[in-house]
Amino acid sequence: MSTRLKSGGRFTSGGAQLSFDFNGKKLKGVAGDTLASALLANDQMMVGRSFKYHRPRGIVASGGEEPNALFNMGYTNTFEPNQRATTTELFEGLIAGSQNHWPSLEFDIGVLNTYVSRLLPAGFYYKTFIHPRSFWKHIYEPIIRQSAGLGKAPRAEDRDPDTYEHFYFFADVMVIGGGVAGLQAAKAAALTGVKVLLVEQTAHWGGRAPVDGGEVNGTPVEAYCEGLVAELQAMDNVTMRTRLMGAGVYDHGYTLGYERLNDHQPDASGPRHRLWRIRAAQIITATGAIERPLSFAGNDIPGVMLASAVRDYAVNYGVSVADRTVVVTNNDDAYRTAITLKNLGLDVPCIIDARAGGAGALADEAKALGIRIENGKAIAKVKGGKRVTGVILCAQAGEGAELEEIACDAVAMSGGWSPVVHLWSHCGGKLVWDDAQSHFRPDSERPPSGANGEGFVSVVGSANGHMQMAELVGDAHGAGLAAGKAAGGTAVKTKAPEGAYSSENAVEPVWLMPQGAGYKLRSKAWLDYQNDVKVSDVQLAAQEGFESVEHAKRYTTLGMATDQGKLSNINGLAILSDALGQPIPQTGTTTFRPPYTPISMGAIGGEARGKVFQPLRKTPLYGWSDKNGADWEPVGAWRRPFAYLQPGESVHDAVNREVKNTREALGLLDASTLGKLIVKGPDAGKFLDMLYTNMMSTLKPGKCRYGLMCSENGFLIDDGVVARLDEDTFLCHTTTGGAETIHGHMEEWLQTEWWDWNVYVANVTEQFAQIAVVGPNARKVLEKLGGMDLSKDALAFMEWADGTIGGFDARVFRISFSGELSYEIAVPASQGLAFWEALMAAGAEFGAMPYGTETLHILRAEKGFIMIGDETDGTVIPQDLNLHWALSKKKEDYLGKRAHQRSHMADPDRWKLVGLKTLDKSVLPDGAYAVEPGVNANGQRNMFGRVTSTYYSSNLERGIAMGLVKNGPDRMGEVIDFPKVDGTIIKAKIVDPVIYDKDGAKQNV
Amino acid sequence: MLILDCPCCGVSGEETEFHAGGEAHLKRHSVGSTDDQFEEYLFMRENPRGVHFERWRHNNGCGKWFHAARCTQTLEVFGTYSAQTYEPPKEIKDAISAKRPGWSWRNFS
Amino acid sequence: MSNAVSALQGASYVGGIAEIRELGLRGMITLRGDLADKKLIKAVKGIAGTMPDARRIAMNDKAGAAWMSSDELLLMVDHADAPSTIEALNSALKGTHFLAANVSDARAVFEVSGPSAREVMAKLAPVDFAPDAFTQGMFRRSRLAQVPAALWMSREDAFTVVCFRSVGEYMFDLLSVAAQGGSEVGAY
Repeated sequence: MSTRLKSGGRFTSGGAQLSFDFNGKKLKGVAGDTLASALLANDQMMVGRSFKYHRPRGIVASGGEEPNALFNMGYTNTFEPNQRATTTELFEGLIAGSQNHWPSLEFDIGVLNTYVSRLLPAGFYYKTFIHPRSFWKHIYEPIIRQSAGLGKAPRAEDRDPDTYEHFYFFADVMVIGGGVAGLQAAKAAALTGVKVLLVEQTAHWGGRAPVDGGEVNGTPVEAYCEGLVAELQAMDNVTMRTRLMGAGVYDHGYTLGYERLNDHQPDASGPRHRLWRIRAAQIITATGAIERPLSFAGNDIPGVMLASAVRDYAVNYGVSVADRTVVVTNNDDAYRTAITLKNLGLDVPCIIDARAGGAGALADEAKALGIRIENGKAIAKVKGGKRVTGVILCAQAGEGAELEEIACDAVAMSGGWSPVVHLWSHCGGKLVWDDAQSHFRPDSERPPSGANGEGFVSVVGSANGHMQMAELVGDAHGAGLAAGKAAGGTAVKTKAPEGAYSSENAVEPVWLMPQGAGYKLRSKAWLDYQNDVKVSDVQLAAQEGFESVEHAKRYTTLGMATDQGKLSNINGLAILSDALGQPIPQTGTTTFRPPYTPISMGAIGGEARGKVFQPLRKTPLYGWSDKNGADWEPVGAWRRPFAYLQPGESVHDAVNREVKNTREALGLLDASTLGKLIVKGPDAGKFLDMLYTNMMSTLKPGKCRYGLMCSENGFLIDDGVVARLDEDTFLCHTTTGGAETIHGHMEEWLQTEWWDWNVYVANVTEQFAQIAVVGPNARKVLEKLGGMDLSKDALAFMEWADGTIGGFDARVFRISFSGELSYEIAVPASQGLAFWEALMAAGAEFGAMPYGTETLHILRAEKGFIMIGDETDGTVIPQDLNLHWALSKKKEDYLGKRAHQRSHMADPDRWKLVGLKTLDKSVLPDGAYAVEPGVNANGQRNMFGRVTSTYYSSNLERGIAMGLVKNGPDRMGEVIDFPKVDGTIIKAKIVDPVIYDKDGAKQNV
Repeated sequence: MLILDCPCCGVSGEETEFHAGGEAHLKRHSVGSTDDQFEEYLFMRENPRGVHFERWRHNNGCGKWFHAARCTQTLEVFGTYSAQTYEPPKEIKDAISAKRPGWSWRNFS
Repeated sequence: MSNAVSALQGASYVGGIAEIRELGLRGMITLRGDLADKKLIKAVKGIAGTMPDARRIAMNDKAGAAWMSSDELLLMVDHADAPSTIEALNSALKGTHFLAANVSDARAVFEVSGPSAREVMAKLAPVDFAPDAFTQGMFRRSRLAQVPAALWMSREDAFTVVCFRSVGEYMFDLLSVAAQGGSEVGAY
């Protein structure tokens, strides 16, 4: 059984006792534990069920590559699925539960899949669920959804109480990985004087070296690392962070760092995670290597672990995985596990070494401790169900004939080491196959290249394939100096450290154990634990023609999900290569994509949640409107009142009241969101003549003119009233959504096409609060406030004037978007609220009421005025809206003019604007299509028009609408059909779009 | 994510400060142009693997437009320069030639 | 006028790792023109004392001038003085091609102060705020999270941030979130 040793544990020694909860059981751990080490200390060998066959699975690894120990963590609003036990630091009160089983971990129904596993090979889903087609929606999809996924999704009603943030950081050299190589490289880089950032994903500096042993400059490596850490901490130009994982390396030196601040102290204040958005001139990855499993039958039974992990649990956490551990290997490193265990007083019944020649000096050491070593041997299969009970020994060269059963409680396996090349590869670094060490390592000749075309990533340590301390530290030192220099540091002469050489025999590739394993063994030899992919699955994929590694990956799911090629990659590639009869480099690898291990959605979102999820734009009158019943409507990023609800009113009631009140008495509209652009210069008139379809240069100072803007494609993009302020200066009003885009549009043409024209533009949209004073009593309230002569003769329709009203500095535009007597009054934004309140107070006796955007729309629709975004959708030209009058014939050119001459634009059959009057007075659905009688060859109705604006008019007591209809203006009086979603039809008569006060008697008073 | 040097204000900023504006050095055709010329101007674009000339705007910055010469394959930036020119300046062309001998793009080489 | 109010009427957030304060109304003038023009330089010097270099800000006790782009400055004066300053510019630059617009009320202005002010800024803007990289006198236009902003150091450990008035509330909330207690980074 697995248990806590009496003494030892680099991280846990002397740690306080902690209690935690696993599947409802109260367990004890120690400060310094990971959840994985604490579970092992409690003899929790089985931690989950596999994805597809629901086989019992145990902890395999000790780091981020762990495929099985993925848990649901927390509860209710802190619930999070798929958390790795090996990278979860234990804290008091931690709650975790295993996944993918029903009804319980110990007894699980889904395990039945394993008995029919022969029927569920790679591609099973693709092959099975394709026919009959009609089964997909109601039968197959629900079944697959039910069984898909590992962890549970958090409940929709829960809200994460934690906070997250981003942090932008700039470094000359960033070193990712705080093992001996990373520490060494960081120090060397820092010696060149540049700014260095060193990050380590775990809570501890030193990486594997303190567990594996060795010496540098005659000092034990653990002490050497401690010395490096102290030196680096003393350097002003070095920033060091633990619990910060280099998640991804991107173009031009952009790197994401995932910092887990409070995962291990959930009650602490501050953000839980911080996403570092780093720019580094040079990046050094010192990400180490990951041990590979060996592929033998039963290699997924709980208790079969990576040899390095067994060693880590013993040395770092004082946890013995088993009393009797068999070691199986194809390299010398695993002998360290056997020796470590034996020295702790634990039993190692046998080291099974697949190599006929066995190991070097470490074998002698093991033998001296009395450990039995079997060279040229293999595991035919592992005995046991929910935990290991023994292994069957066989010859590696054969087909698995049983030589002997060796009783044991755990198997420590090592199939060699694969450099963690992920970060090197994210941004395009290429790999080279190292035959001697049977792994891919970075090809330093082909690095990822940055903005200047030069490589910006280098790799040190075992990530670079350096498995010997003797070559590793010196290389890391050199790489650090080089990176520092490349990032602008000064060359320094320092003595490279010297690592001790350990005499080891070469690894021998063993992709299948035993070499001639038959189907029965191969179909129990797992390559990818997490996705339940076996040797036989990859072989089947190759057989069925999925020869590309990327295809084989997707067909079998090998290396998908959180694994991302960490444990399974090389073994899978080797099996695929073997099946295809080609060398491994020819097969290549799948693509390594960031993040290296999953990062939280919270970290990605950063601060952008709750009230700062997105910027909301608010006018100076927002607060008043909010207090006075505003029902808010998003208009781009702005929030505008849709209507102002009085107590007890529905939105519909409020709109009807506002419409009638504005037509009959006095309405006030917050029009501050309208874009206001000042265009000034000797060429301003010429410029606006190019931007607007109609003539602006002839506008007289003091006057206003409505204008249309088209894109170069001829489509309507904006409209609004232009006021000429003086000879050189125009004020262009844009739509609410158009202020920034039209400002950008103007700047673009001025900067990139007509850069020799003397025109300056300034966006003064937010300088003003603009209030529309609308209705028969509009003039009365303004006269009451006093200060300006706003009589019909003093300020005629389409004129503007500066002055004061009620003591406020005001610019008054006599313009109307409603058909009523109307003034739009701009005051400085800081006085907008005071001016509005003054208007409301003075207007009380005249029936003043605020109105919202819906009333604005109804009033303009009754007048047949178009709205950009309703009548236009990026495919509509002015001619479609019967706006020919606004297209200058005098001007030689304007944006859109040439486009209007294109054949499709000049087509007489284009859909054109009309009014639509429903026969039953109902309101047409927005966007409804007009259909022709009969059906086309496909059995469909043909469309010949659509509704663009539709409202209920309380003035006319019926639905009103505008729409675009083929040859519409020529079909006045015709009744056409608009089918609704429910299948019924609304009949509407084509009428003039202007249905209210066509002569303008109300506005011209 | 790219880093670009704005030649108008001198800031070296990350891509989120900028807005990509499509192909550079388009010749405007308008009234009086043939249908083919106008189509070319509105719709026909280069799509090279390698050297490319683009328009960018420093929209979260000085607000100015500029041009960038860039490799679409490696994302190497050969240089940025004023938008107020009809062709890439000599130093930009030279910088590209040093890295991509024999390059050509539309009529430029 | 006495009834003039800023976007957030002087809101503040204290208790976090930096103090956030809305600074209230400030006179601001967008001046576009030829920045090499002698008349323009003289006019700017008359207002702010100094003509700022590219990407820099010149401030004295009463006024300031910030370099917005190759043909644009942001002049800062007392809020009440903005209209008269524009009139003065209009007469001083008569005959040259320029544009002077009052944008005082189109802006919201904040101060982020305290020992962790640099870190609060670095959580939101893709700019290097390390002490050796961002110093007093520099003026930077960039974005803070999702909105454009201009910023500079008004003194050591204090930044002034200018954004559009309509997003003033977003900016205040954003800065407050970034300054939440316990969120020191310790990176500088």
